[in-house]
Amino acid sequence: MAAIILENLVKSYGEVEVLHHVKGEITDGELIVIVGPSGCGKSTLLRMIAGLEKITAGEISIGGKMVNNLEPADRDIAMVFQNYALYPHMSVRQNMAYGLKIRKIPKDEIEQRVNEAAEILGISQYLDRKPRQLSGGQRQRVAMGRAIVRKPQVFLFDEPLSNLDAKLRVQMRLEIRKLQKRLNVTSIYVTHDQVEAMTLGDRLMVLNGGVVEQFGTPIELYDHPETIFVAGFIGSPSMNFIPAECANGAITLSNGAKMPGGAHANGSVTLGLRPEHLTPDANGPIRVVVQMFEHLGANTLMHGTLDETNVDVVASLPGHVSADAGSVMTFSASAENMHIFDTETGKRVVK
Amino acid sequence: MIENRPLLNVISHLVLLFGIAIVALPIWITFVAATHDPIRMTQAPIPILPGSYFWENFVQTLFGSGLSGTETVPVWRMLANSLTMAMMIAIGKITISLLSAFAIVYFKFPFRMGFFWLIFITLMLPVEVRILPTFEVVANLGLLNSYWGLSIPLIASATATFMFRQVFLTIPDEMLESARIDGAGPLRFFWDILIPLSRTNIAALFVILFIYGWNQYLWPLLITTDSDMTTIVMSIKQMLQAAEQSPQWNIIMMTALLAMIPPVFVVIAMQRLFVQGLTETDK
Repeated sequence: MAAIILENLVKSYGEVEVLHHVKGEITDGELIVIVGPSGCGKSTLLRMIAGLEKITAGEISIGGKMVNNLEPADRDIAMVFQNYALYPHMSVRQNMAYGLKIRKIPKDEIEQRVNEAAEILGISQYLDRKPRQLSGGQRQRVAMGRAIVRKPQVFLFDEPLSNLDAKLRVQMRLEIRKLQKRLNVTSIYVTHDQVEAMTLGDRLMVLNGGVVEQFGTPIELYDHPETIFVAGFIGSPSMNFIPAECANGAITLSNGAKMPGGAHANGSVTLGLRPEHLTPDANGPIRVVVQMFEHLGANTLMHGTLDETNVDVVASLPGHVSADAGSVMTFSASAENMHIFDTETGKRVVK
Repeated sequence: MIENRPLLNVISHLVLLFGIAIVALPIWITFVAATHDPIRMTQAPIPILPGSYFWENFVQTLFGSGLSGTETVPVWRMLANSLTMAMMIAIGKITISLLSAFAIVYFKFPFRMGFFWLIFITLMLPVEVRILPTFEVVANLGLLNSYWGLSIPLIASATATFMFRQVFLTIPDEMLESARIDGAGPLRFFWDILIPLSRTNIAALFVILFIYGWNQYLWPLLITTDSDMTTIVMSIKQMLQAAEQSPQWNIIMMTALLAMIPPVFVVIAMQRLFVQGLTETDK
């Protein structure tokens, strides 16, 4: 059990800086998800915390102790890898016991801890099998078991579910969540899947190009994205962005439509509207030319373009809706669901 | 490819039988020659069917003084010498190559690739090319007529180092990282993870290197003068030239037969691992 503090972390490979002054505090028992597109530096950040990558500048402390120069083994962490990294020549039991054996923990205690962890994960009957005799989901459990038996201060997960099929992924996601709450161990979880991030994390750290875009609870990120990137990354289908002008507090869309509400900005802004916040309204200001519909059952996704422009707009409508391609639908949006960003800086504009 | 054409079947069997005959005929003649008495072996044509002297020839070759009329050591002694030399070469080569491949793949040190290419270049310098300087070194070290002298100059091996390097490169990095998090130091990782994972490759290489060591001819010929250190492969040649009399084919062929047994045994015993080690790529 420990808090983790990241202080101005920088990582560069030669001249190229891939992480720029990453900051963050993770409290004891929290599950933090680091999320971002591929190549954003999220795995590098995790590996720096694990001690597998050198830290170029900045400081990492775990449980109040600076760990920059500690070997991974001395940081009291356990890591679950994307491809599980189980030792293929050892049985499940040996895999789980290996770390304990090296730490010279007495045999009967190893035995007891392994059995306990196997019990929790429901892999007791596979203890004497080799990893290659197990399915993907079972291997995943063994990898987690290997982390649990160590009773570390911190769990690190590096995209652990990306090799599983969709259904199993949802199931394992819930299991990881339950397990983490039950053991109450501080955890850091890396993923590129925003749904996984939203459902798992107590808080999310959104990384883009080596910069922390926003660090907050899933709801904060959904309701108040600080940047256009976060706004577009969180939520599915992703947010609509409509170029607009802001003058004297009033917002005018690029096709001339006036929007309700206003913002303290002048000049060009980007108006962000989530598909689920567009409500059909015969007198609404947003006119959309329909292109096609996707029927998902519970709701329908309408794909179209803003009238007189080629800005794509997606609306999520409850129930079954349809209309001819080329016809115009009108929508309105309430002022509190409108996100206004400065087009140049990409930062949120205070209303 | 599964086809059902009787003619094709017959032809392919004929081709296979022909191939087997080419390989097996010399071995059959060796065997037949080893079962006749010396007088029969001097007469033409050479016999095609086994005779009745197998046991006498066997005992005389293995435990007697070999050729009658000369004072060579018994063949069991040569077999023991060859076995010791081949084992030392195979085990020594594997040990050294494993360690050097481990260093080259898993450690960052200055001129790492330089060292790798230096090792690689020695491929171009087999014993036969560097035989004089090597002899000089071995002689100065006082290793003539010793097992060390027989095996050490043949131990350094670029091929095996290269092969283990390729094997280690296929082992995912996560394995190392996982071991580091588990707290395994470099040697522990080497012993607990790398060695078991390259088990089949080690076996395959052992087979190849054992046979390489067993078949050494020139080097043992050069550095052993003491007949106690004679290896079996060189002794076959010496038997042919022994004395002025005509070669005693029954004894020579029996020796050849005995010389074949250990390599064949190694291949058969390690066949399964050998095939796995050379074909398996999945870790």
